[in-house]
Amino acid sequence: MPPIIEVKNLSKKFKDVTAVQDLSFTVNEGDVYGFLGQNGAGKSTTIRMLLTLVQPSNGEIKIFGKDLSSNRKSILRQIGAIIEKPDHYKFLSAYDNLAIFAKMSGIKVSRDFLMQQLQLVGLDQRAFSKVTTFSQGMKQRLGIAVALVHDPQLIILDEPTNGLDPQGIADMRNLIINLSRKRKKTILVSSHLLSEIELVANRMLIIHKGKKMVEGKVSELLDPSRSVIRIETDNNDAAKAKLIQSKWGAFLQHSSPGIQLNMNKNDVPQLIDALVFMKVNLLSVNPVNSLEDFFLSLTTQPGHVETTAN
Amino acid sequence: MKTITAFLLILSLPCLCRGQDVNVLVQKVKGKLDIVNDYQATGKMKTNVAFLKVPIATVKVYFKKPNKLKVKNEKGISFIPKGTVNINMNNLLSSGKYTVLDAGNDKIGNIVVKVVKLLPEDDNADVVLSTLYIDETNFVIRRAKTTTRDNGTYELEMSYGNYTSWGLPDKIIFSFNTKDYKMPKGVTFDFDDGTTVKKGEDKIKNKKGRVEIDFKSYTINKGVDDSVFQ
Amino acid sequence: MWKLLQIETFKIFRKPRTYLAFAIIAAFIFLIQIGLFVNGRDLMKFMIGSLDETMEIDYKKLVNGYWVCYFILNLLLVHVPILVALVAGDIVSGEANVGTLRLLATKPVSRTEIILAKYFAIGLYVFVLLIWIALISLVVSIAMFGTNDLYVAKQSGVQLIESGDVLWRYFYAFGFAFLAMMVVAAISLLLSTLAANSIGPIVSTVGIIVICTLVSEMEIPIYQTYVKPYLFTTYMLGWKGFFYIGSTEDGETIKGSIQYLPAILKSVAALLVYIVGLISASVYIFRKKDILS
Repeated sequence: MPPIIEVKNLSKKFKDVTAVQDLSFTVNEGDVYGFLGQNGAGKSTTIRMLLTLVQPSNGEIKIFGKDLSSNRKSILRQIGAIIEKPDHYKFLSAYDNLAIFAKMSGIKVSRDFLMQQLQLVGLDQRAFSKVTTFSQGMKQRLGIAVALVHDPQLIILDEPTNGLDPQGIADMRNLIINLSRKRKKTILVSSHLLSEIELVANRMLIIHKGKKMVEGKVSELLDPSRSVIRIETDNNDAAKAKLIQSKWGAFLQHSSPGIQLNMNKNDVPQLIDALVFMKVNLLSVNPVNSLEDFFLSLTTQPGHVETTAN
Repeated sequence: MKTITAFLLILSLPCLCRGQDVNVLVQKVKGKLDIVNDYQATGKMKTNVAFLKVPIATVKVYFKKPNKLKVKNEKGISFIPKGTVNINMNNLLSSGKYTVLDAGNDKIGNIVVKVVKLLPEDDNADVVLSTLYIDETNFVIRRAKTTTRDNGTYELEMSYGNYTSWGLPDKIIFSFNTKDYKMPKGVTFDFDDGTTVKKGEDKIKNKKGRVEIDFKSYTINKGVDDSVFQ
Repeated sequence: MWKLLQIETFKIFRKPRTYLAFAIIAAFIFLIQIGLFVNGRDLMKFMIGSLDETMEIDYKKLVNGYWVCYFILNLLLVHVPILVALVAGDIVSGEANVGTLRLLATKPVSRTEIILAKYFAIGLYVFVLLIWIALISLVVSIAMFGTNDLYVAKQSGVQLIESGDVLWRYFYAFGFAFLAMMVVAAISLLLSTLAANSIGPIVSTVGIIVICTLVSEMEIPIYQTYVKPYLFTTYMLGWKGFFYIGSTEDGETIKGSIQYLPAILKSVAALLVYIVGLISASVYIFRKKDILS
């Protein structure tokens, strides 16, 4: 089964600013794929490229096995999206907004169908009220209705919990889980909140300054038996070169000035023995304790990290 | 001395006779015009003025003795030249206070006409000089050139047919001076359609205008209400 | 495309701003009509210029419904473009500003279709607006002032068009005005694709029209020769050409004629070229645009 989303060497440059650089990742069918990064990391730009809002400077995007640039309409017909804070035509009612976007998505609409969709998101009682009278939560629900009205196969959510209260955040989380488990949708969700991604995603990618830092299964990245180990030596470059030659190179996260490996904690003594054998002078060996630390460690240090753990 | 005086008298006799002739002629013309107390006429009016483009208009001409004349377009709009009142010959002849001079003969078409100059005796009158070209057979005026104090010179040319016996023309061509056409700037925002006016030609044309009225019918001496002339 | 057009038209006619435009123009026209009802003859005297020194003028007949409508249309030379820009200038940038543009652009419709649908929807709005203007300026004027021959003044002279020869000219004039306003709409649309808010495109469109009109009217040889032929405002006045009647050598008008039809056709062609060029540019820009709002 080909991946639902396949991105290869994607880049975007705005004048002098490189927003995304050489990004590659895949999203498989049924994934809830977390796209994590700080504000300004390049998440939104990447998502906008997936949705054809922004033209890539370089690279390739395939969705549903088809090239996006030459199959735009057929691909978009199967995508529903919420991009940041969902916006609607404030001078129109919820019903009219939904009708417009449903028609544009290429489906035949009837009054009953639209009312049913509004009922699903709890807006049937306010169907004919102007959106300008809606609360943020109601607008969010309308955005969900618009995104799902045409029953898309792939759902892309860009910072969907922005501006929501805790109840709204919880509702969004439940929706994502529901869509994934009951309706078997593939979901790409971006956020700067690790906690939210941890709760819903099965796979994730961390992006920092436009570059991929890590990609992998959330369970593995969260696996308490796994840890990120930071090593300091008297000559990190030489030590790193030796590690690459060894089996330990597979766990290496290339960064400088230090050396980090994502590995099973129980293997640490073996690693130390190997380093001694390689005549590497160890100065310190420390764990990076939580995924939060892991994330921060990735995003506050220069350079990028890759794993191939899927 | 007596012989010379007699000789001179004999020589002047034809002049005296001719002087009497033109006076008589003018009186006969006036007499004919005096038969008409009032009339209503229907006609077609064609206006030829450089800066005017107007359709041929169906007009009614009202006249009431001694000198009331009105040209009206009953339905549409017409620009009636000021001085059209002067198409009525009675205006020239009604006062009776003028000196008549014989200016010889001329021809209009195939018709031999008598040329008569009228000099108003009233120094304050608007008319300074009128030259009439009179058809001696029918006692009608075929052409009139009038110079006025305030309104320049205008010319009338009359053709006669059905109403000759009343001294009323079938057709009048009224030529008059026009002032340069001036429109306040910025009022019109014209569409530039690429048509340009030839400068030299225009300067001349701008000075003269022409109105032709073809009369279809006259209703004579049936009464005309004064309100028509307001 | 048809679906998109319906949606865009629906959006335009559901905005209160659209009806504001109709109300504004109605109020403006009514004001003119009332003013002319009271002081029309005085104004006519002023506009007649030096003609009344030579001619007897029936002012009552001159100030008739056809002339009042013609006068109104002359006054609306800048106002109607503003109302067109008000809607057209907002049509892309307005959506960018509120955030609906990004949602629109993620739907399975091409960006070309989006721009074209928006432009044709504006066309429907312009059409309805002109029908509205025609109703108020022509029909109401006729009801208030009656009909008679139409007096048309040009810098070079004056003409009278018989009343029976006027109405069809208004039909074609409004048709031409539609084309002219579609150029304004195209300019606004182009500016709208470049901006992220509506004020810029609206104000810029009006500014462009005012400047171009001024340059067209300025009798400075260098502008007249090298600039004026390329300005769209030069051709926008082509509707007046339907009221320039042909005549004989003697100045007698020829019923049913137009003085110089090729000039009008040239204006039509020029305006069509502007429309095609501007819309093509809009489509090109919008297709390449990164939607970051």
